[in-house]
Amino acid sequence: MKKYDEVTINPNTGWKSMTEAGKMYARGNSESFLTGDWRTMTPVWDSTKCIHCLQCWAICPDMSIEVEGGKLTGFDYDHCKGCGMCSKECPVGAIKME
Amino acid sequence: MDKMLEIRWHGRGGQGVKTASLLLAEAAFVAGKSIQGFPEYGPERMGAPVTAYNRISDNPITIHSNIYEPDLVAVADATLIGTVDVTAGLKKENPIIVNTDEDPKVIKEKLGFEGPVYTVDANSISVEALGKVFPNVPMMAAVVKVSGLMSYEEFYSLMEKQFQKKFATKQNVIAGNLKALEKAFKEVKSSEEV
Amino acid sequence: MTGKQQKVSLSGNEAIATAMRQINPDVVAAYPITPSTEVPQYFSAFVANGQVDTDFVTVESEHSAMSATIGASAAGVRAMTATSANGLAYMWEVVYIAASMRLPIVMPVVNRALSGPLNIHCDHSDSMGAKDAGWIQLFSEDNQEVYDNIIQALRIAEHPDVSLPVMVMQDGFVTSHGLADMTILSDEDVKAFVGEKDYTGGLLDVDNPVSMGLMDLQPYYIKHKRQQVQAMENAKKVILDIAKEYEELTGRKYSYFEEYKMEDAEAAILVLNSTAGTAKYVVDLLREQGKKVGLIKLRLFRPFPGQELAQAIKKVKALAVMDRIDTFSTWGGPVFTEVRNACYGQVKDTEIVNYIYGLGGKDTDANDILSVYQDLMKIVETGKVDCYYQYLGIEE
Repeated sequence: MKKYDEVTINPNTGWKSMTEAGKMYARGNSESFLTGDWRTMTPVWDSTKCIHCLQCWAICPDMSIEVEGGKLTGFDYDHCKGCGMCSKECPVGAIKME
Repeated sequence: MDKMLEIRWHGRGGQGVKTASLLLAEAAFVAGKSIQGFPEYGPERMGAPVTAYNRISDNPITIHSNIYEPDLVAVADATLIGTVDVTAGLKKENPIIVNTDEDPKVIKEKLGFEGPVYTVDANSISVEALGKVFPNVPMMAAVVKVSGLMSYEEFYSLMEKQFQKKFATKQNVIAGNLKALEKAFKEVKSSEEV
Repeated sequence: MTGKQQKVSLSGNEAIATAMRQINPDVVAAYPITPSTEVPQYFSAFVANGQVDTDFVTVESEHSAMSATIGASAAGVRAMTATSANGLAYMWEVVYIAASMRLPIVMPVVNRALSGPLNIHCDHSDSMGAKDAGWIQLFSEDNQEVYDNIIQALRIAEHPDVSLPVMVMQDGFVTSHGLADMTILSDEDVKAFVGEKDYTGGLLDVDNPVSMGLMDLQPYYIKHKRQQVQAMENAKKVILDIAKEYEELTGRKYSYFEEYKMEDAEAAILVLNSTAGTAKYVVDLLREQGKKVGLIKLRLFRPFPGQELAQAIKKVKALAVMDRIDTFSTWGGPVFTEVRNACYGQVKDTEIVNYIYGLGGKDTDANDILSVYQDLMKIVETGKVDCYYQYLGIEE
């Protein structure tokens, strides 16, 4: 069977070059699919109120809460769809949807 | 055997007519023939009339249909006479065998059939040999005898082997079936005998 | 012949179950339906007796049977099922999924009428209904052929140039429930012929992660369909190669179709499955009377060997295509329309007529076939066709 590890398929790819049955061999490729433009409301972080409990990080369905050394640093706006769950969960009101 | 032998079986659901056709096919197969054994599936239930067929030949058999002009008819239940047209398509030179304790000449009259009628009391034979009404082995013996499909000795020895395989742990069933087979072979009566 | 073979007497369903036992698939998921019920029934006995290593999945419907088979096949293992008629209809949407996911599933289909009115007997409405689902379709004259076809089907399905599911047909009751003499290979020979399944590339191949059955939108879907038809095209060569290999093993010859006494034939019947056997018997009878008649028995319906068939049909002056199903187009059965299509521009001097026969198990005997040859010989004689499309042997 052919290996397609490095094949990138776009609408112009010919049928002979596409993977059989549309199988996807690449790993972690959802990162290249930017969903930030689905967003109508944007989460805004107030670092002065934040207690870094990371409940927002745990609840985010799109892994769009950025954390470094156990501390929240901001949002991945390329992938955040603006669902607002982080804002709803925050116990101290440090995330507002604007 | 120059020609294919085509047999039609009549019986009632639950009497083992399909099994009889399969057993006969199996016996002929062991004797080196090409075979077919198949029932005609209808809305059969216990007691409803059923039909089964055999084709036996020295040459490969390719035909796949029911049999309308049999070379031999075997009727496992005499009460079917008058209900089912058991002689349909049977030419007058071809025989019919009926499981009954009545005289073949009486059956011949009942059937209104011009050709040879054979009878065998397969029910009594099986009750005597096996303790149960299980007419298919004695009927099979009668079919082998009347058709001349193979000699008694050949038939007996290959059925013995078949029974040994099938009832390996039931020696009394083997002995009973062989006894039924032997008795039926001897006791087949013909309407043409004086 | 290099294979060790043994003469046996088996019913058609026993023949299928025996082939499956010898193939020893990893997974069988099936739901019983007349007349294929005996296939999973016999096979489950093999499982219970430890004669196979198969995981036998009892499911609650045919939709689940095919779904479980698809899941197993996608995981990378060898998976099979069996069905008939309404069972196949109930699988419908997933039958297409199996083909489009390019899963090498082998499924015996014991042909039975798709009701109604309610009927459990043989015709080809079930498998012909699935002719455009993307499966390879092989038809079998008798118990021997269904056994041989199942074993070859596995190799065809799993060939890397093909990677498509295969349906193997036989006539319900007529051959499925009829005991007949036939020849089987030794377990070792079948094992060697089908070989070990290549488990790489499946969902359980953790070293090579893969996602399957993904959303396939407008720019891509049609291209995957184009790939499927290419796989069908590739299958044509693979089917012949595997038939040749199988012939070396067994001495039994297979191709897209069988030509029986066609060398100098003027009139011929083209038919599938068990009726081809009855037609051979009639051809022999007519040949004894000096009549120039022949038979084309189609084994491969998908992919359709149109080019090759046209070459064979060219030889005769009149051809009757027999369909054990009607399309209700009022324009002929599926085999007829495909055959005539294949002959377009290729065959100029052959009259091709259609007979619909044997629906719902109506027995088709030698006399019925004889009447078709008589009609054909009249066409050859007079050059005139009274009727291009008719039902065979029914009272008006």
